[in-house]
Amino acid sequence: MIIQTEALRREFLVGTRLRRRRVTAVEDVTLTVARGEAVGFLGPNGAGKSTTIKMLTGVLVPTSGRARVCGLDPVRERRELARRIGVVFGQRSQLWWDLPLVESFDLHGAIHRVPAARYRERLDECVELLDMGGFLRTPVRQLSLGQRMRGEVTAALLHSPELLVLDEPTIGLDLTSKERLRSFLSEVNARGDVTLLLTTHDLPDVERLCRRVVVIDQGRVLVDDELAVLRQQFAGHRTLVVELMEPAPPLLGLTGVVDVTVEAQGLRQRLEFAPGATTAAELIAAVARHVELRDVSVFEPSIEDLVRTIYLR
Amino acid sequence: MLAPYPQLMVAGYRRYASYRQATLAGLATNVVFGLLRAAVLAAVVTQRGTVAGYDLPASITYVWLGQGLITVVMLWGDQELARRVRTGDVVIDLGRPWDLQAAMLATDLGRAGHAVALRLLPPAAFGALLFPFRWPERPTTWVLFAASVGLAVVVSFGIRFLLNASAFWLLDVRGVIAVWGVVGGVLSGLVLPLAWFPAWAQAVLRWTPFPALFQSPIDVFTERGDAVGVLATQLVWAVLLLLAGRTVLARGAGRLVVQGG
Repeated sequence: MIIQTEALRREFLVGTRLRRRRVTAVEDVTLTVARGEAVGFLGPNGAGKSTTIKMLTGVLVPTSGRARVCGLDPVRERRELARRIGVVFGQRSQLWWDLPLVESFDLHGAIHRVPAARYRERLDECVELLDMGGFLRTPVRQLSLGQRMRGEVTAALLHSPELLVLDEPTIGLDLTSKERLRSFLSEVNARGDVTLLLTTHDLPDVERLCRRVVVIDQGRVLVDDELAVLRQQFAGHRTLVVELMEPAPPLLGLTGVVDVTVEAQGLRQRLEFAPGATTAAELIAAVARHVELRDVSVFEPSIEDLVRTIYLR
Repeated sequence: MLAPYPQLMVAGYRRYASYRQATLAGLATNVVFGLLRAAVLAAVVTQRGTVAGYDLPASITYVWLGQGLITVVMLWGDQELARRVRTGDVVIDLGRPWDLQAAMLATDLGRAGHAVALRLLPPAAFGALLFPFRWPERPTTWVLFAASVGLAVVVSFGIRFLLNASAFWLLDVRGVIAVWGVVGGVLSGLVLPLAWFPAWAQAVLRWTPFPALFQSPIDVFTERGDAVGVLATQLVWAVLLLLAGRTVLARGAGRLVVQGG
């Protein structure tokens, strides 16, 4: 296990000196993550995600509970832990603002005492995969957000960490930049030597990178399971869209179908069905018995819907 | 690749070297204020003859070295750590496998190196060429002066580190820094030579680290008093302040509340 926590809890005092109150940001988080996994850590704002991450990286002392990361006590062995994990905060920077990007990398390599040969190899690889050749000599303060985030992720990986913690890494990025970062991370994780723990509000990040999802709310773990299982358990309806050769009346009364929407004067119909009650194949066959099909497509319930259902529960 | 701390020192230098216009503007300001201060002190000294051992060349030298040392010692304007605590960016600093105080000291020494080259030497040369100047009589003084400036930077770093670390408790250190801005210059001998202070004030200041910031290196350069004794005092203060800083940082980090999510 690379991460293991038991009843992790953290309280904060908020307010002014005269009116203090105790707020529990993380109430009870028990969590284990195995090596090589990619876990999406989800929850609404204020759920306790970042607080948990800060306790896992040793910069925040838990009020109570236990945590072990890479076999170390994060608070007591913070420096040793820092050698073995990489952290990217989407809203903060670990690069040196006034220096060219590559000098931040050099500093990072030096601080982590990465051997020169391995450093070069790792850097060249990241530069190529993330297409950073064009702005390596540009001072960090002049980089675009997308360029800077590529730099942040590279810096976090230069010392070959066992665990990469990403706290909202795609926040503020455009679609292309997000996609580039996701495909890079998924490749890094697929090689199997880096465990990913990712918090995000951008659910396609999770869809693309994580098999397992942990949802927390109000400082407690609500759900912890494989994304596919959650899909089945919580998912709303799937939708089969059929395009017909001839206009037809609404295709009512098919097994498992809960709703039918007719578009394009009956040439296109959307059939919503419950995943447990029938399969897409059965439904297509059933439709084909009634009308002549030109085209079909199936839409999965979005992960947004899924998460909304979980939060509401 | 260099070891971490030397590399950080180089980065500290490079960071400041990337702002050439700011360096020039600061330099011009130092020189203008140097001219004003030199004129005032010269007026006093020419009227009274020698004041507490300062004749005209010694006063002029005191002014120009002081002007040059302002940026080297960085008496004002360092709120970096406090700002990082306030914004929460300090999580990044605490999440690195380094000794944060040593890393900041290394960076600060690099910064000071840049300041020696571009902010101390030019005004000192300007003053030395255009005014009566008191050059060291013994060659060893140059080495002792270099060591004293180095220790002054460490003492100043130690003080700034403590002031900044108060942000772990106060969050907003502007008040602390403002008070320091007023008293720091006076107590360290930047505004007037400490030898001109009343005897009781000198006696009190002897037990503080403040003279180690300005008065000590200038005294070493102008060969006032026992240079080795001055350096030893600076060294003691440097060590004490760094140790105090470590203790405060350890406590501060333990009660850290990370701001801003």
